[in-house]
Amino acid sequence: MITVKDLHKSFGDHEVLKGINCEIADEEVVCVIGPSGSGKSTFLRCLNLLEAITNGEVVIDGDNLADPKVNINKIRTEVGMVFQHFNLFPHKSVIENLMLAPMKVRKISNKEARKRGMDLLEKVGLAEKAEQYPSQLSGGQQQRVAIARSLAMEPKLMLFDEPTSALDPELVGEVLEVMKRLAMDGMTMVVVTHEMGFAREVGDRVFFMDEGVIMEEGDPNQIFTDPQSKRTKEFLNKIL
Amino acid sequence: MLERFSRFNWASVIDFLPNLGTGLYYTLLISVVGLLIGFILGGIFGLGRISKNKFFYAVSSIYIEVIRGTPVLVQAIWIYFALPLITGYNMASVVAGIVVISINSGAYIAEIVRGAVQSIDKGQHEAGRSLGLNQSQTMKYIIWPQAFKRMIPPLGNQFIISIKDTSLLSVILVPELMFQGRLIASNHFNAVEIYTTVAVFYLAITLSLSYILRYVERRLDVQ
Ligand SMILES: Nc1ncnc2c1ncn2[C@@H]1O[C@H](COP(=O)(O)OP(=O)(O)O)[C@@H](O)[C@H]1O
Ligand SMILES: [Mg+2]
Repeated sequence: MITVKDLHKSFGDHEVLKGINCEIADEEVVCVIGPSGSGKSTFLRCLNLLEAITNGEVVIDGDNLADPKVNINKIRTEVGMVFQHFNLFPHKSVIENLMLAPMKVRKISNKEARKRGMDLLEKVGLAEKAEQYPSQLSGGQQQRVAIARSLAMEPKLMLFDEPTSALDPELVGEVLEVMKRLAMDGMTMVVVTHEMGFAREVGDRVFFMDEGVIMEEGDPNQIFTDPQSKRTKEFLNKIL
Repeated sequence: MLERFSRFNWASVIDFLPNLGTGLYYTLLISVVGLLIGFILGGIFGLGRISKNKFFYAVSSIYIEVIRGTPVLVQAIWIYFALPLITGYNMASVVAGIVVISINSGAYIAEIVRGAVQSIDKGQHEAGRSLGLNQSQTMKYIIWPQAFKRMIPPLGNQFIISIKDTSLLSVILVPELMFQGRLIASNHFNAVEIYTTVAVFYLAITLSLSYILRYVERRLDVQ
């Protein structure tokens, strides 16, 4: 589904991504780990063009994102993104958060959008919060709404940028649970996370990123128990 | 002092109420129309200040700097007395007054708009874009409604300033409240009575506006 070839990204003359290569298959769940500042977020943001690609190729389902003629908005409707700080729309109720993009971008009716939104809220266990505002929800609930909001566009790929790192420890589980179910339903996912339990249980592969490249990749159990590169070892020692 | 104050002929003010009423009418007319146009100008040039388009940004910046850097009184006199010498067209004083209030408040409102839009977390913009909304949809449905709420207190402040600024238009012969007051006082030597009344009129307008704005703010806060 995704092919990345020699992806480079610079901000001014600061090169952040220095040649990323990878293939991600349909229905695969890839977890990305690595030290802060190694370019994990930037990599993810290149996959839905929140950052313009400086050099190289990113092909998602046949669309080359580096092609200047590519329809950015169409790509983005097909690639969902979940942020560390949820970024729910505070002036809209939970259900309105889910209805906005399907109505304005997909042009579906209010009734249809509401029905779909309610189904998704049901799925993340928050149907009873539909009429509340984001500020009335806990962090974990907000993140589950944010996931449902992305799913409302029926994306074929979901990107998660540290979805649980802004949460109190006791709220992490409910979000990971939703993500796990999503993975079991066959969603293709790229997840930047330091939740080793999740990576081992749900992840098909782990990428270890360092200094703008994928330094090591492999099966989660192998990476966590028997890392090959010295940098991976050092990193895992620090966080485990 | 109190005794002296009561010696003035306060009852005579009643005779001049029709004239002051006319003045009040023009003050309100110019304030309302001027601020409406100012709000539109502020919206346009405020967005210009955050635009990536260099030309739009430059035009907006020049407009804002020129207006903020010169006194309203100078702007009024320039537009009414100097501009016709350049263009060859005379402007009715009321029209000139509306133009002055519009472009003056527009510059300040542009800065209010810019500040409010920039104060919205950039994650909001990214969330909108990543859902497939385009730039203008993101602006319209996500950024603008949130920014608008934050604009209300500084906008209220600017409305009050602009309403008071209309009193300066008396020098370009706009028949507003202050102009009427000056006319009456110079003919009837009742400066204390008339100017006190004029001040009370301005206070009544601005206090009512403050009250309305507080009400609007409370209503929006409920959400
Ligand atoms: N918009 C930006 N402008 C300039 N530099 C940026 C920008 N975004 C990220 N960077 C830089 O890119 C590097 C990688 O950042 P990021 O991708 O956020 O890393 P990570 O998510 O792995 O912590 C950092 O040095 C950061 O300062
Ligand atoms: Mg990051």
